[in-house]
Amino acid sequence: MTTTAHLPAPRGVWLRSRLPRPGIVLAALFLLVVAVAAVVPGLLAAQDPLAIGTDPGFLPPFASTAHLLGTDQEGRDVLSRLAHGTAPSLVMGLGATGIAVIGGAVLGLLAGLGSRATEAVVMRVLDVVLAIPELLLALIVIALLGTGTEHALLAVGVATIPYYSRMVRAQTHVVRRSGYVEAATGLGIHQASVIWRHVLPNAIKPVLVLATIGVGTAIAVGASLSFLGLGAQPPAPEWGSMLAAGVQYISVDWMLVAIPAVVITLTVLSVTVLGQDLRRRAEGRTAR
Amino acid sequence: MTPLLEVENLRVRFGSRKAGPVVDGISFTLSRGECLALVGESGSGKSVTARTLVGLTGAGSLVEKDRLRFDGEDAARFSERTWRRVRGSRIGFVMQDALSSLDSLRPVGREIAEPLRLHESLTRAQREQRVLELLDSVGVPEPEFRSGQYPHELSGGLRQRALIASAIACDPELVIADEPTTALDATVAAQVIALLNQLKTSNRALLMISHDLAVVSTLADRVAVMRAGTIVEEGSAAQVLRDPQHPYTRELLAAVPSAATRHSRLSPGPPLAVRDRSAVRPRERPAPGTVLIEAEGLRKSFKGRDGRARAAVDDVSFVLAAGETLGIVGESGSGKTTTARIVLGLDTPDSGTVRLRGRPWLDLTAAERRAERRHLQVIYQDPLGSFDPRYTVHRVLVEALRVAGIERGAQLRARLRELLELVQLPADLLDRRPIELSGGQRQRVAIARALAPDPEVIVCDEPVSALDVSVQARILDLLADLQRELGLAYLFISHDLGVIHHLSDRVLVMKDGAVVESGPADEVFAHPTDPYTKALLNAVPRLAIVGAQDD
Repeated sequence: MTTTAHLPAPRGVWLRSRLPRPGIVLAALFLLVVAVAAVVPGLLAAQDPLAIGTDPGFLPPFASTAHLLGTDQEGRDVLSRLAHGTAPSLVMGLGATGIAVIGGAVLGLLAGLGSRATEAVVMRVLDVVLAIPELLLALIVIALLGTGTEHALLAVGVATIPYYSRMVRAQTHVVRRSGYVEAATGLGIHQASVIWRHVLPNAIKPVLVLATIGVGTAIAVGASLSFLGLGAQPPAPEWGSMLAAGVQYISVDWMLVAIPAVVITLTVLSVTVLGQDLRRRAEGRTAR
Repeated sequence: MTPLLEVENLRVRFGSRKAGPVVDGISFTLSRGECLALVGESGSGKSVTARTLVGLTGAGSLVEKDRLRFDGEDAARFSERTWRRVRGSRIGFVMQDALSSLDSLRPVGREIAEPLRLHESLTRAQREQRVLELLDSVGVPEPEFRSGQYPHELSGGLRQRALIASAIACDPELVIADEPTTALDATVAAQVIALLNQLKTSNRALLMISHDLAVVSTLADRVAVMRAGTIVEEGSAAQVLRDPQHPYTRELLAAVPSAATRHSRLSPGPPLAVRDRSAVRPRERPAPGTVLIEAEGLRKSFKGRDGRARAAVDDVSFVLAAGETLGIVGESGSGKTTTARIVLGLDTPDSGTVRLRGRPWLDLTAAERRAERRHLQVIYQDPLGSFDPRYTVHRVLVEALRVAGIERGAQLRARLRELLELVQLPADLLDRRPIELSGGQRQRVAIARALAPDPEVIVCDEPVSALDVSVQARILDLLADLQRELGLAYLFISHDLGVIHHLSDRVLVMKDGAVVESGPADEVFAHPTDPYTKALLNAVPRLAIVGAQDD
């Protein structure tokens, strides 16, 4: 009884299904603020994140109009540091995910379309990589390359490649056996064009949705690397390093830990919520 | 005697009160000892009606009725509790898809024992004894062994029998069978029909839901033809099938392909008339009789789960000449589709050769083979799966035309227009995605794509099996028109003997990968020599509609 599927839905139904839930609106609004902070941090916080001012340290939030979120151990403005730390944190999330998706797509396609031997080699290597915990693997990369934001980014990206390549490979297997790939071959289209036009876009679609969730995870892993002192180096503001620095003073001013922690959590949560909504819509579209 | 089931003005809607009704005011009665068939195409509301009768319409449904009486009781007032007592005990329900209707995690014996456990107070030993009796009565061999098996271990026919056994476990007065034979092969379906016939006892009523008029004609005493939620015609089976009054019933009956419909049209409406064929480069057609495809000694085996090779195609040879239709008929697993895939060059045979227009096509290099593919196109059973889900109809057709060397500009537009005209699709469908189209429209798009490179041969792999009979009639007529207009040759694969007989010039009958019989269609169907062909032909329920073919 699916013959009515091609009929357009009544207008009211359309509106109801497209109106996002409040959680999604909140997540989108929060990410908008984060995006503004990443591009023009001065808009949200006028002060220099690195300036060690004359104001006392460990000011609690809302105690002074000059320092809305208080000051840290050096008397620096926490809000400014948060705002200026947004860009490096986001670069971490997006960059690492980008590396993971591209690397994952290449390896996944290689495994999914290559000979059995190629697939076996690629997949077994990835299995070995998968067996090592993400954070540990990132530590290995940093041990080899040295500390620093870009190395941490690379480390997190490489560590998550196996997740994406597994998914791309599985999708490739589904898509290459699909009717439309066979139909395209039957038309006499060159095999390379079939892969480029039909296999790749259809195999990668669900992976892109997974990636939005991966951005959140990458920020979190990047923050833990900074927390360990292996990512961004002081005094550069970055959410993870703010967290790491704050821990030393947790008995004096616990807000120094709580504020960056909440911001990281909210960002990861917002990206995840939006990513899941995106996935739901994507799946709803294909399942219809 | 009061009827067992009385339905008056039943209306079912889904969603809101404003939504159009799926079942729109139908009324019927059903007495003990009688079989009523609700016949209709998909979307006619027949299955919804059946489910409503057992109170299973589902969430979000709105059921209204003036009267629904079951054995004199007002079923409209039944509580959910009462329904639970009635379902399985007094009303048995046989679903279409036995594999998904049986619990895959339980042996079928326990499934059949379930209604007994719920509705009757029997000891475990008595129940087990009863299950064995039931399995035996529905013709399942070795009931002791079978009752311990899981649904996936049984064949389709045995599964359907097990499902019927569970439906009649408590000896219900009403059995509702929703498309009980649709998913089955012809020979198996015939056995299930015979079994359903035995269920018609003096104390029991059978309500049968089907789209297949031939099956209905063998079982039903009365027939109600449904369309768009209403009953358009009701009467005794003989009267409705022999002397239909409503135009829709006539159209349905005329749409059934069979021996009697050979070389005639199945659907109302004028045949395809191609006005302007300027967009096609005038291309020389091979003279009728020129051999286009020569398959010789094809063999292909697959490794089974036990590691042993199983022959899917076993020494198959045939020729296909320009402008003719070669039908390949067989039941599931007979190797028809594998044969087609070998011919198309999508599978490599273990041995044997396929010559396309005289050239051994499997030995060609990849580039040479790509160039040859334009002569040999294919349409599938599932057109939707053969379109990239991201593509619009326009993009699907343009891709095919580009391969054929028609790149862009006025020529591309002219050819696009012509293709749409050939398959009789309106141009405003070009911007839609295939998922938004109806089944018939999708298959037309698939045919247009196959025609794009201007092929000489089209392999049709069960192209009408998923379609309603009236849509099937239109597609079959379209294929016949295209053959006449374009001089196409078809390699036509189907499990449906009626379809094959309707349009094939010659046929191959396949069983277990081998060709058991071949020859001109009329000869094979009129005088089958192979025992399997005979059994297959006997298994097909025949529509007794002598008087209906006059118009």
